[in-house]
Amino acid sequence: MATTSPPGVGLLKGLGVTIKHLARRPATQMYPKQRPDLAPRTRGVIALMDENCTVCMLCARECPDWCIYIDSHKETVPPAREGGRARTRNVLDRFAIDFSLCMYCGICVEVCPFDALFWSPEFEYAEYDITGLLHEMGRLREWMDTVPPPPALDDGAEPPAEVADAIAKAIEEHEKQLAPPADEPASDEQASTENGDGDAAAPAPKKADVSVEAGQIDQETYDQLIAEGKSERMARAKAKAAWVGKEKQRILDEEGGA
Amino acid sequence: MTTTFAATATAFAGQATSVLTQESFLLSLLLKIALVVGLFLVVPLVGGYLEHKAMGRLQARRGPVEAGPFGSLQLVADGIKFIQKEDVIPRAADRWVFSLAPGLALVPVLAMFVVLPLGPGVFALDLELGLFYALAAGSVGVLGIMMGGWASANKFSLIGGLRAGGQLIAYELPLILAAITVAVQAGTLSLVGIVEAQATFTLPGTSINVWYVFPQIVSFAIFFIAAMAELSRPPFDMPIADSELVFGYMTEYTGIKFAMYMLAEYAGMIVMSGLLVVLFLGGWQPLPGVPLPGCEGAAGLFDCGLEGTLLGVLVTLGKIMGVVFLMVWFRVAWPRLREDQLQRFSWLVLVPVALLNLAVVTVAKVEF
Repeated sequence: MATTSPPGVGLLKGLGVTIKHLARRPATQMYPKQRPDLAPRTRGVIALMDENCTVCMLCARECPDWCIYIDSHKETVPPAREGGRARTRNVLDRFAIDFSLCMYCGICVEVCPFDALFWSPEFEYAEYDITGLLHEMGRLREWMDTVPPPPALDDGAEPPAEVADAIAKAIEEHEKQLAPPADEPASDEQASTENGDGDAAAPAPKKADVSVEAGQIDQETYDQLIAEGKSERMARAKAKAAWVGKEKQRILDEEGGA
Repeated sequence: MTTTFAATATAFAGQATSVLTQESFLLSLLLKIALVVGLFLVVPLVGGYLEHKAMGRLQARRGPVEAGPFGSLQLVADGIKFIQKEDVIPRAADRWVFSLAPGLALVPVLAMFVVLPLGPGVFALDLELGLFYALAAGSVGVLGIMMGGWASANKFSLIGGLRAGGQLIAYELPLILAAITVAVQAGTLSLVGIVEAQATFTLPGTSINVWYVFPQIVSFAIFFIAAMAELSRPPFDMPIADSELVFGYMTEYTGIKFAMYMLAEYAGMIVMSGLLVVLFLGGWQPLPGVPLPGCEGAAGLFDCGLEGTLLGVLVTLGKIMGVVFLMVWFRVAWPRLREDQLQRFSWLVLVPVALLNLAVVTVAKVEF
């Protein structure tokens, strides 16, 4: 014993701890009668958004149990423009996950590059026959209805790609308003297209090597966007971009002035 | 003929007459058998339910909830399940001894219920040597356990059975020494007589009526500890220590035989708690100095009328359940002792303290 206490004190403490629980609510969840409290990212079953699947086979190859079965065929898509080249496209015929083999590691969900696989918290799909655990495409698609929305991003997190695009656009518009018309329009366009890689904080290459950390948000823009009914996430991202734009302009002005 | 029997029985049985003693000897016998067997079969179930529920709540669980209202029929369901199970006897086992052992473990407990007074006049027999009889019968129980352990042809069973034997020898002594002090103070070995003596015992020099738990607090503690060890209840459950011995002497038992061992354990818990209540907690007296309604005369012991008698039985059963709850509480809170700690604790602590206590009580008895 690290600390010495009079003999018997530990026994009394044990009695105290247990009797305290007598008056408390039991921790038991009455499962079949009431749904249990599940953790937010519970791994219950894997759902498939089959429209997003491009038959890249990453999930099937990465699966440690080889429990994902994919069949597909190629279709030729006629050229979009006159004289163009016809393209081929993979069409998903069969996508099945054998949950009797699956070990719920979630690697397939992780590797899917096109957001076709999701975790759903549903877990009540036990079967009397093991073959019933092979979920085909239709059943996997049905699980999509039970997939919860993704959790909100942390404060200060990098915005997702689509939001970053919107930010880049917002920056561009903002600069168009502020910048003198003498600015070459081509460079602006180039800036916005090159900025579409998702990094909102990075300044446009043509913006005179000014680098500004996206630390704050532009409260005015934020309030306005919230008032327009935009989601908080979107508003925050755009407001951040607006702040970056303004800050950049301020630095440019200062340099110009100097 | 029957009256002669009844008279002989009464004379043999000692001083107090039971309300179950009828004119007809046979009717009286049937009533008494019904009382003892009913007690033996029903009260352990109630105690077991209390243990399930209390243990659950003490561990932040709910205990049984499905079988019957609030899970109260769980043990009945378990019993039905045990009856349906296959009765497996290991090939190497000693068939006869193996089959007889659970029954033999049950009999002493049943025998102890005979002298246990539950209420004013509610007992099968008031032996003059009631306490002696109860303790002597109780110590036979280990025979069934050792038989089971030996006959199973299994090393875990054997170690469990021998541990039970060693434990019984070690704790029988303090148990008896603690009980003797009560007998010394009460001046009788009859359990009914001890309850009676408690109802009239007052602290020396005052008129405050107290139970024996107050003057005999040391005996009470020793008796409680030794009783838990006798019953192999945690923290003294080395004979079945499931983390070391699989399930001790019960390892090879299945079905109804296993159920009989379990029943012996729970019934033993009830009867030991009953002894504790009778010896130290005033028997069927609701509170010290408060006699049951309807029997204020005769120290509130006999002929209390229907109401007083029923209330007395309820009071005794309530106290027994209180003691059972204490046992469950200790079981939940405390870890199991090691085998050597168990023996050391008995021989080096309990026995000397019990002897000293006996000497003190004897001197005090002569003095006051």
